[in-house]
Amino acid sequence: MTISTGKRHVGQPLRRREDRKLLAGRGRYVDDIKLPGMLHMAILRSPHAHATISSIDLSHAKAAPGVRLVLSGEALVDRIGPIVPNWIIPGSKVPVRPVIATDRVRFVGECVALVVAETLAQAYDAVGLIEVDYEVLPAVTEEAAAVQRGAPQLHENVPGNVTTLYQVKGGDYTKANREADQVISLRVINNRLIPTCMETRAVIAAPEPDGTLTVYIGSQVPHMHRRWIAETVGIPEHQLRVVAPDIGGGFGAKMHLYPEDLLCPYLARELNTPVKWWETRSESHQSTSHGRAHTEDIEVAFTNDGRILGLKVSTLGNVGAYLSNMATGGPTVNTVNFGTGTYKIDNYEAFSRVVVTNTVPVDAYRGYGRPEGAYIAERAIDAVARHLNLDQVDVRRKNLLHSSDFPYRPYGSTGVMYDSGDYQALLDKALEAFDYERRREECERLRGTGIYRGIGVAAYTHMCGMAPSRRLAPGGFNRGGWESARVSIDSSGRATIYSGSMSQGQGHATSLSQIAADVLQIPIDDIEIVQGDTRQVQAGHGTFNSRSMAVGGSSVHVSAHQVIAKAKKIAAGMLEVDEKDVSYSAGAFTVPGTDIAPLTFSKVARMAYVGHKLPDGVAPGLDETVFYDPTGMGAPSGVHLAYVEVDPQTGTVDILDYVAVDDVGTLINPLLAAGQIHGGVVQGIAQALYEEVSYDPENGQLLTGSLLDYAVPRAEHVPNIRSLFQETPSPTNPIGVKGIGESGSIAAPPCMVHAVLDALSPFGIKHLDMPLTPPRIWAAVRNARAGAA
Amino acid sequence: MPVQAVPHEVTIEINGSRRTVTVEARRLLVHLIREDLGLTGTHVGCDTSQCGACTVEIDGQAVKSCTVLAVMADGASITTIEGVAGGGGGLDRVQAAFQDHHALQCGFCTPGMVMGVRNLLKENANPSEREIRHGLAGNICRCTGYHNIVRAVESLASKEDVA
Repeated sequence: MTISTGKRHVGQPLRRREDRKLLAGRGRYVDDIKLPGMLHMAILRSPHAHATISSIDLSHAKAAPGVRLVLSGEALVDRIGPIVPNWIIPGSKVPVRPVIATDRVRFVGECVALVVAETLAQAYDAVGLIEVDYEVLPAVTEEAAAVQRGAPQLHENVPGNVTTLYQVKGGDYTKANREADQVISLRVINNRLIPTCMETRAVIAAPEPDGTLTVYIGSQVPHMHRRWIAETVGIPEHQLRVVAPDIGGGFGAKMHLYPEDLLCPYLARELNTPVKWWETRSESHQSTSHGRAHTEDIEVAFTNDGRILGLKVSTLGNVGAYLSNMATGGPTVNTVNFGTGTYKIDNYEAFSRVVVTNTVPVDAYRGYGRPEGAYIAERAIDAVARHLNLDQVDVRRKNLLHSSDFPYRPYGSTGVMYDSGDYQALLDKALEAFDYERRREECERLRGTGIYRGIGVAAYTHMCGMAPSRRLAPGGFNRGGWESARVSIDSSGRATIYSGSMSQGQGHATSLSQIAADVLQIPIDDIEIVQGDTRQVQAGHGTFNSRSMAVGGSSVHVSAHQVIAKAKKIAAGMLEVDEKDVSYSAGAFTVPGTDIAPLTFSKVARMAYVGHKLPDGVAPGLDETVFYDPTGMGAPSGVHLAYVEVDPQTGTVDILDYVAVDDVGTLINPLLAAGQIHGGVVQGIAQALYEEVSYDPENGQLLTGSLLDYAVPRAEHVPNIRSLFQETPSPTNPIGVKGIGESGSIAAPPCMVHAVLDALSPFGIKHLDMPLTPPRIWAAVRNARAGAA
Repeated sequence: MPVQAVPHEVTIEINGSRRTVTVEARRLLVHLIREDLGLTGTHVGCDTSQCGACTVEIDGQAVKSCTVLAVMADGASITTIEGVAGGGGGLDRVQAAFQDHHALQCGFCTPGMVMGVRNLLKENANPSEREIRHGLAGNICRCTGYHNIVRAVESLASKEDVA
């Protein structure tokens, strides 16, 4: 084996190790797996948003060719379920969610019955033969309507359709309001989105000859899925193996517990053969969790020179028909805790209500709550600048925190702490890269010629890598904040790393190897990363909340250090010197100041496994497992700027430039980091300009039921993104990293909205809700012109 | 009532091999490729022919294989992602450019995207950025924001000799 050159891997734009197989079509996603004797499940879904089920006739379906089993919800009562959320804010009222509806359906897409057949086509055919009689009930789809008196009620134990009340307070908002020169208020809607992983969900459950069960599932959280499936289906956890192979995107949608995740394991055990379910795209739109869906009322108190004195927020978070996995945490902790953003706003008062409606359950989607929180802070400060006719940058600079403020607890919060950052420097760097002054002047000049250009600015911060574990209990978060890594050295000195994180495209096989290679000082090709198999990986929480590098990467780092610490003991024994005198560099143990020949890591590894000459008290083997629990959470931050041109005749928005400056602490791999920013920003632009889930408010029908109707952007709809970084290492973990995955989708929506509003400012348009589609912009311009006439 | 399954025999040449498969009339080409021939590099990302993850080459032309019934492909010559680099484990120039520019993340849209880019460059060896973005309109990627895909294609365009 070769000896490492000692070159640092962290910080290098290494090309991904996982690419070759994916490019060659040799990726292995759940739908690519075919097992002997495998049957196929298809689901009959509710066509109604709210109805009671009068009768179900399964007889024709049962008689159809190839059908092995047909079930409705009644057959599962007291056998599996109910589906229980995993994050329950204290005091929440939790409605009962059966795996399959029994007497009542509460959203279009809810499972009503299922068929298992020999082929998928046969299963679909038989689903079409199930006859259900419904009594349709009034439905409510919008959060503001659902909390009105007289609104249709979804659950007996959730009066008023509100499951959760949540409040945060700091300082004295009432006093700030009284002392302010001015107070303005605005209502903003955070549009409902469909996460749209290109790989839809799929599950295969396969009974093994030894009586255990293997479940293949594209899960961001394989060990969590093992726990949830075990508990809900009634399988001893140690007899359940969850395998997550390649995953075609997650974005939060693949970290929840869905009915199909439970039905396949149950049916596979009942039928004693593998059972597979694969979700069609249109099915996905009505069964996989949606994101956002908030309405926020904001009141902001400020001085005439643009200093924010206080902020008051009232949030309505629409979580759909049942509480999905983390539903109570999104509109509450994750949103309003972050409502003051990057600004020093000492007087803050926020109240949040979690609301059930007759829609698909809403849960985490890239940023989960933090985009909504940043949108509150950013829309508020932008509105103040616009109201006072002050420069949007000047007003931000006046209120932004300074580097000397860190660590910072906004509004005296006990739960929120921003560990580190330098927002003023971020702003400077972004303005310079964007050439702000010149473009500001250009905007003004062109307006005289009938060309409407605008500049948008947004700053953000948030917290990611939920930890430490002991601090998660009071918020009702029923899991820990640690991550585990096992660094296992073989007898030749090569490493296999078992990581509890779970890549869905982020490139962990590359980035975690970079972290390990720097500590172990062995070539990166001598490192393999194993994820996504609960039989191989000791334990884990998986990948969400931008936690994989901060928590998962740190656990690899610490574990690798423990390997070297033990190897050093063994090396000292082999060299017959005191351990204190041994150094490790460039992949070899040396004794500085002596002529003792360097001892390679591989020789030490071999000694660890033959065990012929180990110091007293040192056990054989070179294999270390760490459960790493961070001391706190890192707070990434950034400033994004967008330059747009709006055509008032057609309402179209042309994005001329987009600059993102992000501080995500230490960069592990700048190439992959920029890729995370590009993808996140485009999802944020998508929210701002294109995407919105539409329901018919009268009958609760999903109007954006396929990719024909739901406007995921194509290459020609989005700009190049200039991604730059600033590195302020986080003191909360040993490698100084902060999360990155969610940054773009947090910053881009307000940034884009501000750019369009800036372009439309000559028309006196002060607010528009996302998505800023051509009809919406066109109508606003028309109305403004009519009002002015 | 269930569709009466009438079997049809379909013979295609796929990645250089001649294969004959018996299918129902309603079977889509993408399912023949994935299910009957086990070539799972071609993916299904939607059900309305929007996403392009199932793009293959039929007689040298990029086609979304979910828009073609298997029986319609009888006699055709098809190349899938498994066949673009000749099967020796190497990468063709489009695949190599994707790796070099980090133009893929989850990899699910990638095979279809690679097939689409091959077609784009065949029709226009030296496309501008606007032409690249327009030329990729049939393929959805949710991870990369397209930025690095455009960079990868540009790198190939600039290398191409303009006749």
